[in-house]
Amino acid sequence: MEYFAWCVMAAAVGMGLGSFGTGIGQGIAISKAVEGVARNPGASGKIMTVMLVGLAMIESLAIYCLVVAMIILFANPFTDTVVQMLSK
Amino acid sequence: MIHPFIFFEWLEHQLHLHIGNHITYTWLVMALLILVALLVKRNIKTVPTGLQNFLEPIIDGIENMIEETMGPKGKAYFPLIATIAFFILVSNLIALIPGFFPPTANLNTNAAMALTVFAMTHIVGVKEHGIGYFKHFCGPIGWLAPLMVPIEIVGHLARPLSLTLRLFGNMYGHEIVLMIFFTLVPFLVPLPLMVMGVLVAFIQTFVFMLLAMIYIAGSLEEAH
Repeated sequence: MEYFAWCVMAAAVGMGLGSFGTGIGQGIAISKAVEGVARNPGASGKIMTVMLVGLAMIESLAIYCLVVAMIILFANPFTDTVVQMLSK
Repeated sequence: MIHPFIFFEWLEHQLHLHIGNHITYTWLVMALLILVALLVKRNIKTVPTGLQNFLEPIIDGIENMIEETMGPKGKAYFPLIATIAFFILVSNLIALIPGFFPPTANLNTNAAMALTVFAMTHIVGVKEHGIGYFKHFCGPIGWLAPLMVPIEIVGHLARPLSLTLRLFGNMYGHEIVLMIFFTLVPFLVPLPLMVMGVLVAFIQTFVFMLLAMIYIAGSLEEAH
């Protein structure tokens, strides 16, 4: 049973760490974009598009964490083995 | 959101079929797109009206973007990229209608599209450069090739994986978040998240399209 508790723990901590780094990265990207728009408001349209694409790329890192967390929680490949070992 | 009641699931249950939600809804999206395309195609005019008026700026925008990112050679790949873009956009957006399941929130649909793009990049590369295409994998200097080839192969294999997982994670993650909020506070609170869902749908379509264009453009250009 402890195994599954640790699985939940791993998913939570992994997701937290993943979104921590992603948050810092997106913050830096947005701050630079705001700076760029403040200096040159005329280029705001282009900066917006590039920023959104960049944010989506950075966000995909957090999404990978989410996918791994969901694999750990819902589609854990070792569940059957652990259940078999427990039933012995 | 993964609604508790999905129309086609119910229909499948009534007909004793086992197809899967993502496939039935893929058919729905395909039917929708083909129907709209046929309706527009039936009476094309020089001065657009109605549906044609609505679709022309979108097609124009995609065409301009392809020319900007891929150069004049990229126009040949307009059908592939525009089809993928329309399909992803419509599939993402039907998630917001109650009783509908977005096909893009399933790994198989996304993997199919990502593998199409992946195969297309290499077919285009071989068609464009012949055997010389493999210079792309060897890096800038000849004696670095043994080092560069494994890196490039891993990099190329990571492309379909990241394309698949990005779209899947965004759509599925969004659905899970909405579902959790819906069970906690069903009144008005999930609304801002649904607005964000519209934004996510558009941005993910844009990103998938842009990456497909960049990958194909990468194999179009000469080896450095």
